[in-house]
Amino acid sequence: MNQQPPKSSARLDLTKGKTSIADKIMPVLLFLCASVSVLTTIGIVYTLLSETISFFRIVPIQEFFGSLKWSPLINPKSFGIWPLLSGTMLITIIAIIVAVPIGLASAIYLSEYASRRVRKIVKPILEVLAGVPTIVYGYFALTFITPIVRSIFPDTGVFNALSAGIVVGIMIIPMISSLSEDAMSAVPDSLRNGAYALGATRFEVATKIVVPAALSGIIASFVLAFSRAIGETMIVTVAAGSTPNLTANPLESIQTMTAYIVQVSMGDIPHGSVEYGTIFAVGMTLFVITLVLNMLAQYVSKRFREEY
Amino acid sequence: MNNLFQDANRQQISGRRRNDLIWRILFLGATLFGIVALSALIITIVTDGIARLNPDLFTNYPSRRASASGMKSAIVGSLYMLCLMAPISFVLGVGAAIYLEEYAPKNRFTRLIQLNISTLAGVPSIVYGILGLAIFVRTFGLERSLLSGALTMTLLVLPIIIVASQEAIRAVPRARRDASFALGATKWQTVSRSVLPSAISAIMTGVILALSRAIGETAPLIIIGAATYVAFLPESLFDTFTVMPIQIYNWIARPQEAFQDLAASGIIVLMIMLVIMNVAAIMLRNKYQKNI
Amino acid sequence: MSTTTEAPQVKETTKTVDFKTIIDIKDMDLYYGTYHALKKVNLTIPEKAVTAFIGPSGCGKSTLLRTLNRMNDMIPNTRIEGLVDIAGTDIYSNEVDVETLRKKVGMVFQQANPFPKSIYDNVAYGPRLHGIKNKAQLDEIVEQSLKQAALWNEVKDFLKRSAFSLSGGQQQRLCIARALAVNPEILLMDEATSALDPISTLKIEELTQELKNKYTIVMVTHNMHQAARISDQTVFFLNGEVVEFDQTDKLFSNPSDKRTEDYITGRFG
Repeated sequence: MNQQPPKSSARLDLTKGKTSIADKIMPVLLFLCASVSVLTTIGIVYTLLSETISFFRIVPIQEFFGSLKWSPLINPKSFGIWPLLSGTMLITIIAIIVAVPIGLASAIYLSEYASRRVRKIVKPILEVLAGVPTIVYGYFALTFITPIVRSIFPDTGVFNALSAGIVVGIMIIPMISSLSEDAMSAVPDSLRNGAYALGATRFEVATKIVVPAALSGIIASFVLAFSRAIGETMIVTVAAGSTPNLTANPLESIQTMTAYIVQVSMGDIPHGSVEYGTIFAVGMTLFVITLVLNMLAQYVSKRFREEY
Repeated sequence: MNNLFQDANRQQISGRRRNDLIWRILFLGATLFGIVALSALIITIVTDGIARLNPDLFTNYPSRRASASGMKSAIVGSLYMLCLMAPISFVLGVGAAIYLEEYAPKNRFTRLIQLNISTLAGVPSIVYGILGLAIFVRTFGLERSLLSGALTMTLLVLPIIIVASQEAIRAVPRARRDASFALGATKWQTVSRSVLPSAISAIMTGVILALSRAIGETAPLIIIGAATYVAFLPESLFDTFTVMPIQIYNWIARPQEAFQDLAASGIIVLMIMLVIMNVAAIMLRNKYQKNI
Repeated sequence: MSTTTEAPQVKETTKTVDFKTIIDIKDMDLYYGTYHALKKVNLTIPEKAVTAFIGPSGCGKSTLLRTLNRMNDMIPNTRIEGLVDIAGTDIYSNEVDVETLRKKVGMVFQQANPFPKSIYDNVAYGPRLHGIKNKAQLDEIVEQSLKQAALWNEVKDFLKRSAFSLSGGQQQRLCIARALAVNPEILLMDEATSALDPISTLKIEELTQELKNKYTIVMVTHNMHQAARISDQTVFFLNGEVVEFDQTDKLFSNPSDKRTEDYITGRFG
């Protein structure tokens, strides 16, 4: 084919027409939709920061972090965050004591012991626990768990940290079990088979091979559950009481940061008052703690992922 | 040869095997704990609430007397919220997901948006309430209105909807896009006529699940000041309102047992609504799986 | 594939050189980032004939096919130098409208990729894109396209059924009908039969012989027997280069390059 064949007489008209309006406008509109999430973050940080700063103009920051008493609504007023922080921590620790062993054990059972069919039935049931509204858990804590707690420890008040903490724990079980199970299922079977071939039992494979291999995912699930427990509001509002109380006794009535915010919001506080400012100062504290924990969880699961 | 399995370590091995069995039972017990807890919760609520689950609950406004109380305004308020939130959060959430999956350049700014969305998903709901209070209620002057509530809840569910929609869009095979482009479709034509129709049921599943989360939320609406006692139906976007979880909270907070039982009845109604939404979501998901 | 060492049988009725060139590629290079995927390609493709691209996998034959309707544009960091001229237009010039180009240069893919829509809506997808809304007109186009793709008789009674209810071979012919519905000049087929059973493959091969009366067909095939059976011109690729192109009978019976001969006699590939 060395002699050039003649050119076709066919002609294509490929000149540009007008770009359709949709193709010009849509990318911009869609970008605006995506930027709403950025604006939300900016909005959260800006409102919390600006209101907190004006709060600290009235109440010195030394008092906020230095005083051990929180009574912003009754005279003599006092603005020490520690009772609220300790209340939040008490609830969270109880929740973690309940949820970590149970969540992790469920994850091990589902990933290492259960048949496919059992897993297919049980996992969605556990996930229902995560979808139950928190107000429902609050009711459950108050009317089911609290009577049990009081029958064991008769001195306990109607509102106590233990009942609320246990139910917050139940609420975060599916978070731990589901995320840990995902991490454990991602461990390749070749690792398991190596251990089985050496005569290891299922338990030995689970605890010595699978859990260490999936550790980053498991720890990330703990941290996320921890953060979720800290931000939980309605269970503690309903069942833990509204007494800012610097105590480690789980049978006493306490108040968490979230429950305080609800308590203030239920009353009619004038805009711009010191009480109004406390919402933002406490909210800021809560936001910073959960943000740090969430970033920690992301860091842990990214940093230590995929080593097999 | 017959000594092959007569290992000197037999005792050690049988010990390990017993150990394995004990742990197996413990692990199973832990798994059952969650199921038992869920059953206890459902049984408690049904036994407490079934007696008051009568028409009055749906037709009466809240009242000082438990026997005459109903949650008409709360049910209607929740439905109004749903109708307001659904379109706004759908458009914003799906729009953001399309942008991130189909249009966004792969640069630092896009990664920042993505990181920002996953961070927002972990922010406690009460913080959204504080944001709504400062922005919608005060700055925009929308007061404690239905609109303030719906906008606040939209921001709350947006990260969930975006992430779910992104997954749905990512699951649409490349070949569908190629087929459309090869026919001379523009980017937007491909997105709107090929990608979205393929992903829509999975997107709807995510949207419904996110909305069902919003329907059960209490704290953010308390912060922005949804009223606890509303004896009328909101007539405009700017009226005060209440929703089911807040009405339930209000009843739980009363010391009288009759109100506690009323709360349980309210919870049954709320849970039935959530079950309906979840079943719809699962049905859509099954439909989607046939399409891939 | 059979392990024969003979050159494949070439169909007997090859036309003499009365083709006109419709695609003219001159000194074209294509890079994916720093990877030099196509090297100094010079190639002409005849109008209203079947041209087959053959060569071992990874040799660049699909890449070249995708430059003809600029599907490569969608892969980031792709760079093209040189000239790709289709019917007198440099398709990589700035004035060219990519959507119009793709309308004129249709494509059928390796895996049948119907949309999850009805048979009718699949075929009508393209015409609707380009603004045809009239129902009667769409009906006409759908019928004509399905007839051209030899699918009409099999599906005419269930046009509203999902395209997924069709068999693999039918789906691929549906994709051909869909491509024809926008009235292209050129049809690109990227290993369009490689996922099909022999009977469906035969149907599509027969179809190409019908279609070349109206369209220019450029196909990539992993199967050189297929190239020999149905193409008028064959292009042999190796490592991103066009080693040789010629009339199919000539290339298979009397290749001028040693590498072509090694490939078609089965010494590698």
